[in-house]
Amino acid sequence: MIVVLAETRNAELHPGSLEAIAAAQALSPDRLILALTGMPGGTIPTDVGSLDVHDVVRLEHELLAGNPTDGVVTALGAWLNEVSPDLVLTAHTYAARDIVPRLAARLKRPLVTDCTALRVTDGHAVFTRLLFQGKLAAEVTLDGPVPHLATLQAGSFRGDTARRRSDPPPIHRIPAAISSDDVRHIADPPFRDAQQEIDLTRADRIVAVGRGIKDASQLSLIQKLAAALGAEIAASRPICDNGWLPMDRQVGSSGQTVTPALYVAVGISGAIQHVVGMKGARTIVAINKDPDAPIFEIADYGIVGDLFEVVPALIAALEQR
Amino acid sequence: MLIAVCIKQVPSPESRVRVNAAGTWIREEDVSWTLNEPDAYALEEALRLKETHGGEVIVISAGPARVATVLREALARGADRAVHVVNDQPESAADPQVTATMLAEVLADAGADLVLTGLQSDDYGFAQVGVALAEQLGISHATIVMNVEIGDGRVRVKRELEGGMFQWLTMPLPAALTIQSGINQLRYATLRGIMAAKKKELRTIPAPRVAPSQRILNVSPVSRRTGTRLLDGTPAEAAATLASLLSQRDGGQVIK
Repeated sequence: MIVVLAETRNAELHPGSLEAIAAAQALSPDRLILALTGMPGGTIPTDVGSLDVHDVVRLEHELLAGNPTDGVVTALGAWLNEVSPDLVLTAHTYAARDIVPRLAARLKRPLVTDCTALRVTDGHAVFTRLLFQGKLAAEVTLDGPVPHLATLQAGSFRGDTARRRSDPPPIHRIPAAISSDDVRHIADPPFRDAQQEIDLTRADRIVAVGRGIKDASQLSLIQKLAAALGAEIAASRPICDNGWLPMDRQVGSSGQTVTPALYVAVGISGAIQHVVGMKGARTIVAINKDPDAPIFEIADYGIVGDLFEVVPALIAALEQR
Repeated sequence: MLIAVCIKQVPSPESRVRVNAAGTWIREEDVSWTLNEPDAYALEEALRLKETHGGEVIVISAGPARVATVLREALARGADRAVHVVNDQPESAADPQVTATMLAEVLADAGADLVLTGLQSDDYGFAQVGVALAEQLGISHATIVMNVEIGDGRVRVKRELEGGMFQWLTMPLPAALTIQSGINQLRYATLRGIMAAKKKELRTIPAPRVAPSQRILNVSPVSRRTGTRLLDGTPAEAAATLASLLSQRDGGQVIK
């Protein structure tokens, strides 16, 4: 039996949850349960009604309003102990990062996070995940009693391939086994930080700079390249963390998601947190001295070399045209 | 207030990591080692909280002998004492719950009010240890933290959510927090700090033997997408080729 822990976003199924359903369906024909948590009587996303799963379970309790992590862990932990699935899959979302490691530790069962592929060999699940911020891939296996738990990297499975069916799966609303002692977190409503001044999502061309620039004083080189291309300047996380560029220039999972016609990544290694924010660009150019940098995996054009030589040469070439 | 910071030594981001002959891990002799970046921010946050609220900062790391370097560095930056859980079984590092158990053994005795660590490591990138640690210690936790406020026996944190959203959470102390890079501006060790660190306590304890339940079967380079065209030649040649390719791409719409 496989359980997919699902999340909702704006009353819809989270795209990552749909990807996890597709992954579970492709992995095994076993019984598949989609699990949700929340307030008693809460709506179940309409999308769920057409999914080819055996059951939908919603663990419900007044204390699960807003799905506080400690309450959700206790509710899911007790229920998973009861149903004892072989595998628990969920999307590697920010919420999952808060909930699932604690759930695995509560159950005393192994958890493999941020998987990009999975397969079954001789009855054992084999998980693929990336190491060293995407530079290498590892195949991993889990030992010991089930359930085993895994989170899946966003975009690694195709949510649109999830099998559908015409008759809706049975929905079971189950009272969650939690008490007020289990919920010690007090959560304020989510909010967006100070208004972003730069809307990179509207930019046609973006020159993005990463750690390879080494020093804030070198940023003028990137500004010249951006000017030569008529591009906006963006950055990977470390540049904004250092305060070299404002946070609203950040592209990636914690910044903006952009889809320009041209994205030039300069001195950016291509850690997955950055790549998720820019892989939709139409044309991707990577300039990096490390030939093994993951950015070259997704680039259309790559130049392996010292950015302090390549970028001035590129500015000159663009200005000559 | 006692603040414990769990830190990890990882290959530096500039290191070229190569697969070992057995195809099971990297050639560790090729890489230079550094303090995991998110852990550096966790340490900095601990030092700032100590400066505001008083108390003591203890740093803990599990790993082989080389790990002492990052503990010394943390002492030089201002931590008060260090504990090195000496673990010579590299295979156990592949299971984050084992690492959490090793750290929890030290922390259960330490009685820390606050446990900080980076949100994930730059090597394995599990993003599990800080959270599993909280469960093993039976204390509250929050992940991907961008702001920490302490008061009235509670901690209020600003947590990063997806898509540029944030949320404030309040929970009782003790608590474990996983810290996001960029929460503060890092300080570096001064010569005075380095000298002072020599007199600070660095205790070593043997790692408990815990069987891992997560194993790496093999490690391989990530396969290159066939669509990538690498441009050869001198920087000037490659740049000229690129400018020419871009001006022709998508019917000349990519660049003007």
